[in-house]
Amino acid sequence: MIEQIESIRSEALVAIRGAASSSELEALRVRFLGRKARLPLLLREVRMLSDAERGKVGRAANEARAQIEAEIEARAHALRVSELDERLARERDDLTLPGDPPLAVGAAHVISALTRELEDIFIGLGYSVLEGPEIETVHYNFDALNHSPTHPARDESDTFYIDAETHGGEGARLLLRTHTSPMQIRAMEAHPPPLFVVIPGRVYRPDSDATHTPQFHQLEGLAVGEGITLADLKGTLLAFARAVFGSEREVRLRPHFFPFTEPSVEVDVSCFACSGRGDLADGSRCALCKGEGWLEVLGAGEVDPNVFAAVPDTAANTPGYDPERVQGFAWGMGIERIAMLRYGIPDLRLYFENDVRFLEQLR
Amino acid sequence: MEWLREYCSPRLEDEEIAQLLTMTGTKVEAIHTLGVREPDRFRVGLVRSVERHPDADRLSVCRVDLGGVEQGEEGLAQIVCGAPNVAEGQLVAVALPGAVLPDGTRLRSARLRGVQSTGMILSAAELGLEAESEGILVLDRSLLAGSLRDGAAPDPGTPLAAVFAIAGQVLELEITPNRPDCMAIYGVARELHAASGAALAQAPWSEDPGAAGPIEGVQISVECPQLCPRFTARLFEQVAIGPSPLWLQARLLAAGQRPINNVVDITNYVMLLSGQPSHAFDFDRLAGRRLTVRLARAGESLRTLDGEERALDEQTVLIADEEGPTSIAGLMGGERSEVSAETKRVLIEVATWDGPNIHRSAHALGLRSEASARFERGLHPASCMWAQALIAQLMAAVCQARPAEGTIDICAPDALAGGPEVALRPARVAALLGREVPTARQREILVALGFGVSEGQHGSLAVTVPPWRAADVSREADLIEEIARIDGLERLPATMPAARGLRGGLSARQRLRRRLADLLVDRGLFEIAGWSFCSAEDVAELRFGGEADPRGSAVALQNPLSDEQALLRTTLLISLRRVAAYNAARDRSDLALFEIGRVFARDRRACGSHPGAAAGIAEATMLGILASGRLAPASWRGADAARWDAFALKALLEAIAQALGVELRCDPAPDGRHPFLHPGRATEIVLAQARAPGGAGGRRGAGVEDASAGEEVIGWLGELHPLLPAGPLSGAVALELDLERLLDAAAAVRRRFQPISPYPALYRDLSFELPDSVPVERLRMAISTAQGRESLIERIAVKNVYVDEHMVAAGTRSVTVSLTFRRPDRTLSEAEVEELVDRAVRHAQAPDVGARLRGAEGAP
Repeated sequence: MIEQIESIRSEALVAIRGAASSSELEALRVRFLGRKARLPLLLREVRMLSDAERGKVGRAANEARAQIEAEIEARAHALRVSELDERLARERDDLTLPGDPPLAVGAAHVISALTRELEDIFIGLGYSVLEGPEIETVHYNFDALNHSPTHPARDESDTFYIDAETHGGEGARLLLRTHTSPMQIRAMEAHPPPLFVVIPGRVYRPDSDATHTPQFHQLEGLAVGEGITLADLKGTLLAFARAVFGSEREVRLRPHFFPFTEPSVEVDVSCFACSGRGDLADGSRCALCKGEGWLEVLGAGEVDPNVFAAVPDTAANTPGYDPERVQGFAWGMGIERIAMLRYGIPDLRLYFENDVRFLEQLR
Repeated sequence: MEWLREYCSPRLEDEEIAQLLTMTGTKVEAIHTLGVREPDRFRVGLVRSVERHPDADRLSVCRVDLGGVEQGEEGLAQIVCGAPNVAEGQLVAVALPGAVLPDGTRLRSARLRGVQSTGMILSAAELGLEAESEGILVLDRSLLAGSLRDGAAPDPGTPLAAVFAIAGQVLELEITPNRPDCMAIYGVARELHAASGAALAQAPWSEDPGAAGPIEGVQISVECPQLCPRFTARLFEQVAIGPSPLWLQARLLAAGQRPINNVVDITNYVMLLSGQPSHAFDFDRLAGRRLTVRLARAGESLRTLDGEERALDEQTVLIADEEGPTSIAGLMGGERSEVSAETKRVLIEVATWDGPNIHRSAHALGLRSEASARFERGLHPASCMWAQALIAQLMAAVCQARPAEGTIDICAPDALAGGPEVALRPARVAALLGREVPTARQREILVALGFGVSEGQHGSLAVTVPPWRAADVSREADLIEEIARIDGLERLPATMPAARGLRGGLSARQRLRRRLADLLVDRGLFEIAGWSFCSAEDVAELRFGGEADPRGSAVALQNPLSDEQALLRTTLLISLRRVAAYNAARDRSDLALFEIGRVFARDRRACGSHPGAAAGIAEATMLGILASGRLAPASWRGADAARWDAFALKALLEAIAQALGVELRCDPAPDGRHPFLHPGRATEIVLAQARAPGGAGGRRGAGVEDASAGEEVIGWLGELHPLLPAGPLSGAVALELDLERLLDAAAAVRRRFQPISPYPALYRDLSFELPDSVPVERLRMAISTAQGRESLIERIAVKNVYVDEHMVAAGTRSVTVSLTFRRPDRTLSEAEVEELVDRAVRHAQAPDVGARLRGAEGAP
């Protein structure tokens, strides 16, 4: 009997190892371990043997059975793996093909995207965001901002005026604001100090060429409170310059003149293309800053006392703006100019053509 | 630079001076290099002999004394010269081998037709003094006047650069409108003095050879003293008109002015030096020898120096003789009294004119000049006599003129009053700048700039403003600016404002606006920045009917750049269409664009707080969307890409509503309300009344509670009318809505938690036959209102809409709605749902809806 068991065992192991599929293996399980298989039958015959024989044969039969079961399990696992591999091989897709269905991805206009980024820089410094009307009065656009009656910015060559017939010649002369600065006055009329605001918006001037468009965008800043100095302006704009143009940047203030600030400055940022050296690594002159090492980015200054004087004391802005008590700074930066520098946009007209191929580039 | 250094010459390179000026407020835009190179190779030569060239008729062989600089035989240089006017005994300008002419030519020794020539005798053109020259430049007495030892002939061999500026750097400055004093060499020298600490030469006008008192035979009256605070005149006789000396010509050329004749050049030179313009009259051509300063009369005109006949309006100030106008004040002289070669007696006028008046007249006449630019910025009457003093010096030195005794000086009573005295508290400097500047340094800066400084009250400085700064400096802040800029802004520390406790950030409206823009971008739309301007044609194309629609009457500009940009857009559809057409013309007609921007209209009903409102101009911020073509790029799997239509756009609107938490409904637009839309596919966007949470809103999630009440139309949505010029954009859809009202509503929404119901829902599908004339929305509303006060319906969804062969009535369609019933607080019974369904069906079958039930089933 031992020989029989041994022969079943070796026959089974050979067959199992040769099984080519799960179904074939299942048939082998029935053949060798099923109720009518030879090995279980043999086991049933064991009890007819002598005590001495019974122990030996029983042990051999059980060992054979266990080995066959284990072998079937191992073979089954191997077959499952290889069969899955086969299926997976059949299911192979060419995922180098484009995704589908395609999802359209749009883009914010570069001016809005940059405006938002700038707003966020100043929000982080404690500023709020205000907006104002694009049609303004001469009072807010010029008079209240301390422009002399003959200031050239008032000329029709520098300011769009609204046709008087449009509004029947009634009331004050209206214009398209030439800067976001009128909102300085409106903000101070509506809110008492301390006031920290930025004012993004569209402004208009009658110029049209590669570096001027009759509409463009600015971000005005106004910080008024007690003891806010020109040095604070420098620190604030340094934070701005580093956030926008890189952490290595420096700023420099150059004296200038604006009617509504005193002292007035123009603000330059060290050139990010040549790190302020004026030359590139190959010794050629930096094309971005024209070898100057500095890029002019905005105008600013300490708010002129006459501007504070132009803010009437109203209930809303109590305690009002007394130049002996409060002071502060203001700036105006051109969004297009900053985008032009940062992205290398050569012609301002691109912003308003809105060619989708342009819009796609800067998303 | 050479001129500037005559008055202030720090030990610095020209580039360093430029940098110093830039950083103290006189911005150097550019440094130009003019003239010759190797200036040492240019010398004065004396022609000792001239002989005919042996082999060339037109050439002369000259022996030139160069004082031993370049020696040939007998210590003379041999130079071949082709000019017909070369002659023995002439003093000439010689360029020696190695010299580089302004045009870049480098000279070498050469043999000309076999004769050695070691240099070149120069013409004025070759030196850059004239465009063209006939013959060589002969340095005769008149061309040397006023140079070297007062016009004495220079020795042979003298460097030419000692006679006049043959080379140098020229600074191009940007002068801000508050600084007329810096439109003068001496003014810039004063700035340089303050900035560098180098000595400032005495003002060149400190010595006045003239005398006060009336001039015999000259009568002048000023009829408009408020527009002419000061008028001065001097008379010069025996004036020798001719070309200016070379040094003067060279300085004018460097400053960009063309030399004309010595008298005119002197007035220009003096303006460049002192900032004060003046005018020279041929005195013998002034009718009656008397001048009147007055406003022009109606119809008066004048032929000006440039030959133009100019009509004058009644606000223009002029100078008239007995025959009428002879000069326009501050702008340009008249042809009639122009100084010419025959002039013998010259009347020099130096006056102060009212800046605003000159500004106005210059504009009205289109006459802007160096003089008007200075008057516009406001000159102080004191500078009149600076110019008279300089002119008197130069008329004698250059034109050998004899001054007539006396000076006419008509001056408004307080015109010459000194500048104001301003108190400066030294501590305020640090308080405003954020950096200490020692009081001694403050004083030093102000004194260097010409301010008078003495001790004031309470430790302050009493500062007197010099006349040339009177228009610009009148307050403490102005003085602090002077100190700040000269002390050096680069020394300021970079600090942050100390004021804290501020709450920055975006308002709810601003956050929601960003949410809205992000949603559109993430749905594949491109944001555009369109023009605010449009043309009359752009508006007319949209077919607005008459005055009733404010969008048909656009705000016009008084001074547009072009007809294309003459009006302001009344709807974003104008800019969206323009951009869509631009892209479609470039093969991009699958487009989805949006814009957030302002629109404007002439609207008598306009109200609100914006500035135009008072004048009946409306200004509003809108959201506009325009889409056409495929919704998404084509698929390689062959699926037909869906195309934009009104439903696709409405789905986008619904996404906006959900994101913002508001309810937006599209009602059919009344006929003709939006004439640019397809009449069958035109709707108005209604900002709907709030519904109770968990109610029949259907499109709103639970937990949204709306504080606003009432309904209002805030925009439109639809397909563009086929009659609009469209090209590849036919079938485009668009919407526009009032962003301010949308954001107001969205910002008013308060989000609150609502318990999530643990109870199961019940479902019913109801199919109706609905007349084509009845909108599905009316059926939905009928079902929704059937539930009464206790809301059981969680959701009403339209399952399908179709027409089949089983329709009972003509002109109807089948509409199936899926209803979901649920309460947050209990399990609903079948019976109460059945009862509600019966009621809903009765509502749907009421005459105003006219639906007929086709069938009902309980959906899972």
